Amino acid sequence: MNAADTSFVLVSAALVMFMTPGLALFYAGMVRAKNVLGTTMQSFTLLGLASIVWAVAGYSLSFGSDIGGIIGGLDYLFLNGVGGEANGPVDNLPHAAFMIFQCMFAVITPALITGAFAERMRFGAFLVFSTLWLILVYSPMCHWVWGGGWMGKMGALDFAGGAVVHMSSAAAALAGALVLGKRRGFGREPLMPHNLPMTILGAGILWFGWFGFNAGSALAANGTAANAFVATHLASAAAAMSWIFVEWHHRGKPTTLGGASGAVAGLVAITPAAGFVGPMAGIIIGAVAGVLCYGGIMLKGKFKYDDALDVVGIHGVGGTWGALATGIFATMNAKGLIAGNPGQVWIQIVSIVATWAFCFIVSYILFKLVDATIGLRISEEDEVRGLDVSEHKEAGYQI
Amino acid sequence: MKKIEIIIRPFKLDEVKTALAGIGIQGMTVTEVKGFGRQRGHKEVYRGAEYQVDFVAKAKIEVVVEDALVPSVVDTACKAARTGQVGDGKIFVSHVDETVRIRTGETGEDAI
Repeated sequence: MNAADTSFVLVSAALVMFMTPGLALFYAGMVRAKNVLGTTMQSFTLLGLASIVWAVAGYSLSFGSDIGGIIGGLDYLFLNGVGGEANGPVDNLPHAAFMIFQCMFAVITPALITGAFAERMRFGAFLVFSTLWLILVYSPMCHWVWGGGWMGKMGALDFAGGAVVHMSSAAAALAGALVLGKRRGFGREPLMPHNLPMTILGAGILWFGWFGFNAGSALAANGTAANAFVATHLASAAAAMSWIFVEWHHRGKPTTLGGASGAVAGLVAITPAAGFVGPMAGIIIGAVAGVLCYGGIMLKGKFKYDDALDVVGIHGVGGTWGALATGIFATMNAKGLIAGNPGQVWIQIVSIVATWAFCFIVSYILFKLVDATIGLRISEEDEVRGLDVSEHKEAGYQI
Repeated sequence: MKKIEIIIRPFKLDEVKTALAGIGIQGMTVTEVKGFGRQRGHKEVYRGAEYQVDFVAKAKIEVVVEDALVPSVVDTACKAARTGQVGDGKIFVSHVDETVRIRTGETGEDAI
């Protein structure tokens, strides 16, 4: 056990925790004023719900002793044996420190999905879906990649969650958008952001928290953590700039929402690569992510699905590019294409396809199941009134 | 008596107010309004997607004057509010039947 590593990972866990209220602001600013609380509520509630699900079963299913490469065993159910001893997956940390760091990932991942079904999902349905999703999608994914499952054993590189967090949530987002259908007025009336300063603040908090997300994933206060920190920052910086420039060129004006979206796109893309690439590769990965994700947000217009806050366009496209880029640019702690290991690209592609297929199919079934039992969508009248009043009996603004 | 409604670009408000004061107009009512004319609002872009925003912010000045003053008010407001670009606004002149000053009970042109 190492005191420096322990303190670093605990602080990182706190940083990652702050990403979820940051995400709440990021999303809430992009919806209409009548849904500001309903949207905030979904992210914030997951700090409660996901943490409890994680402690009761999720952690054990993710990091319990491996069962056939597919799922973790029940050894840590109810956090049995998870305390101050270093008897967990890493021997430099108290087991509880590792568990709570991972807990914060389990909180933010389902929160990311909420951007897809913003402005139209029932709160009760959201709770049931999120609980089932954490157990049946997130925990297996987490086990596959980090808990000793088949994807990690195959050699797939995912430093801080390109597959576990971003592709998984984006695949679920796509399933959700398809099952729920479009928001009333989608494509006909402008469904515009109501408070962009809130979104910019949220993006800033995400950027800040992401240092814990990516540097903390080194699980030690060491050089890998420092390099991951630098790569993360530079990728986000490059992506913010590339998005701004591509939007300026394409639509005539550079926008704040574009800058914020680009920054998040860069953070997403560098996530799987952060501990494996140097700073210049970070800049390339980020710069490309800004352009690709700008293209990604056009997808919903082209394919006519209503992923309200562009989870697929940013986390799906950015996460997929990041996973691929990890196979190309990895030079530290692993070797990718440019370090003379083209086989890594193939491994990354297999992990990308498997992640999308598994997460999309199971999420689609879960959405259908919840829809058939308790119903996913609020009534048309409630949708017009907005989630704040119809679902929570309060209003974000008294003007 | 006539009521003159002058709908202008908000940034022209000070200029129009000063110009009207310059020809002896002593009172006016100003409202922040939204609307559109032939050019149909403007476009806003969010994450690369264009949205048509129909209602553009405008300022509306209302003044009530005796009939003889109408041409000079309209002319002065036109000159002060004009940029030559679409969206400069409109002026409507309508008849007013009665005016009452609440404090004194005066009516008609005396109350303007």
